[in-house]
Amino acid sequence: MEPTAKQERGMTRRQFASCTAAAAAGFLMTACGPKRLFDMPRDRLRTLIRDMERDYTEKYGTAVTVADTPPIPGVKFAYALDVSRCIGCRRCVYACVEENNLSRDPQVHWIRVLEMDKEKGIDFAHADPYYEADKVPREKHFYVPVACQQCDNTPCTKVCPTGATRVDPDGIVVIDYDWCIGCRYCMAACPYGARHFNWSEPTIPEGQLNPNTHYLGNRPRPKGVVEKCTWCIQRTRAGRYPACVEVCPVGARKFGNLLDPESEIRYIIEHKRVLVLKPELNTMPKFFYFYGT
Amino acid sequence: MTRAVVFALAVLASPALSLAGDARPTPAAVTAPAERVAAPEGRVTVPAERVEVPPPPFSEGIFPCSNCHAGMEPNRERRVLTDMHTEITLRHDEAHRWCLDCHDAQNRDVLHLASGEPVKFEESYRLCGQCHGEKYRDWRAGVHGRRAGSWNGHKTYLLCAHCHNPHQPRFQALTPKPAPKRPTRFIPSKGAR
Ligand code: HEC
Ligand code: HEC
Ligand code: HEC
Ligand code: HEC
Repeated sequence: MEPTAKQERGMTRRQFASCTAAAAAGFLMTACGPKRLFDMPRDRLRTLIRDMERDYTEKYGTAVTVADTPPIPGVKFAYALDVSRCIGCRRCVYACVEENNLSRDPQVHWIRVLEMDKEKGIDFAHADPYYEADKVPREKHFYVPVACQQCDNTPCTKVCPTGATRVDPDGIVVIDYDWCIGCRYCMAACPYGARHFNWSEPTIPEGQLNPNTHYLGNRPRPKGVVEKCTWCIQRTRAGRYPACVEVCPVGARKFGNLLDPESEIRYIIEHKRVLVLKPELNTMPKFFYFYGT
Repeated sequence: MTRAVVFALAVLASPALSLAGDARPTPAAVTAPAERVAAPEGRVTVPAERVEVPPPPFSEGIFPCSNCHAGMEPNRERRVLTDMHTEITLRHDEAHRWCLDCHDAQNRDVLHLASGEPVKFEESYRLCGQCHGEKYRDWRAGVHGRRAGSWNGHKTYLLCAHCHNPHQPRFQALTPKPAPKRPTRFIPSKGAR
């Protein structure tokens, strides 16, 4: 009985031993490893955030707030983008830049709009993010905006040596910039090119800083850390829609609670043709693409 | 637990099963969002079953239409307008349609349905919904068009007319924002992943 079961699982005694050892080592490392933001005692966090607000306020000359709003219980965020509606106007790209205090120079964009050929379908080998046009949509083309897919099975967090990046209970993949050491393993692991590195000091022109920030989101970043889309964590954890959803002139962008049967996300999953990017990688994105037609 | 739900949904969403996605929405799913609509001030509100919308996108000074039309005899003849509204050209199934199919002849301040029931401009979606039922259902669910407000609470809807000119409803092409700069450090392949 015993040996057959083992063979079925295709595991030898030796493999089993090394797996156990690895698991034990892993457990030890996480257990003794660095404390994450929300493991920190509340009062220490408060002090940390107050100092941060003071520094930013001084540096940017405007009253900056840094929120630490936690995930809402019973909420798992999801996003859906109507590929049949998107016209590639890039309004979302720049709304994101302003909302999330992205560096203008060097230029960082969390959203990349890929232009694809209708003839070829969704094909990353023939996707062009640099298209120029007087008017969009261009004939024979369609558009696929790509940002962080907020995977449930995240290749990026698994390779992080410091625990700086993780999946929060509401499904948002976050980065604690104070713990990021800039090794960029996560960037190599991400199959969607959704993580961006601050090669030099980010710049935001005077008066253009969005002062409503979140610790894990759009607070000003230093040089040398990785950043990415957080579904506007500073807005969505406060009940608002992400900036890209609000700006989209064709209404292609949808956002809501996957666990709420009445959310637009659930309606889309139940009534529309839905797909995810690179499903073969089993990353289980919570960013869906659909055909609203 | 939640992980299991997400996984179940992800499976549901896989292209292999997408045929199921063509299923018609149930009426319950369609009306549900509207029932949650409350009525804050400063916005146009419509009674139960109706949704809250921003003011209709009229040109300045055109409304109320009765300012002029109250004293005018309605002219049901299909013709080229010369004295007023000359900027309006119908490109909306125009072979089969004329102004008074949508606008009420007696009271120009309202539209009317095929049944003759008058409909306020704040509810023009009901008119559109008569012929575009599927789009209307999606719109009610927040999936066609756009809603504002909070994802877990009160929402307002953009009218069809905020995006589609009722007289020429095809969506106008837009000028795109600038392309991203090409990176200088790495030479990208065209398909950048
Ligand atoms: C498909 C139905 C439909 C038809 C046909 C139609 N209209 Fe309209 N019209 C509307 C709706 C709906 C609005 C409201 C737009 C809004 O909410 O601002 C409107 C708005 C208007 C306005 C106000 C426009 C403005 O500048 O704000 C005028 C004037 C008007 N229609 C005249 C006409 C005339 C004249 C015709 C015939 C040539 C016509 N309409 C045909 C549906 C229709
Ligand atoms: C400034 C005065 C004025 C206003 C305001 C005005 N109209 Fe008119 N409208 C006219 C005149 C004049 C005509 C006749 C044009 C012609 O015969 O060439 C006309 C014609 C029309 C017609 C064609 C049918 C008919 O009875 O002749 C429609 C439909 C119409 N108007 C709708 C509207 C709507 C809807 C509004 C409000 C959104 C509106 N109008 C506001 C002056 C006005
Ligand atoms: C009496 C029926 C009827 C009503 C009412 C009606 N439509 Fe249409 N609509 C049509 C038909 C038929 C077509 C397809 C023919 C065409 O493209 O001209 C169409 C086409 C359209 C299109 C596609 C246009 C294109 O060129 O791709 C849009 C968008 C649209 N309608 C929006 C609206 C909106 C918004 C309203 C409400 C203000 C509305 N319709 C009211 C019958 C109607
Ligand atoms: C946020 C803007 C927005 C709103 C609000 C909106 N639409 Fe649309 N609609 C679009 C865009 C963008 C398209 C695709 C472009 C096109 O084909 O013209 C579209 C396409 C359509 C089409 C053509 C569908 C096709 O297959 O080509 C119809 C019909 C239509 N809409 C009806 C409606 C009706 C009815 C409403 C209100 C109940 C509505 N729309 C509200 C943006 C909007």
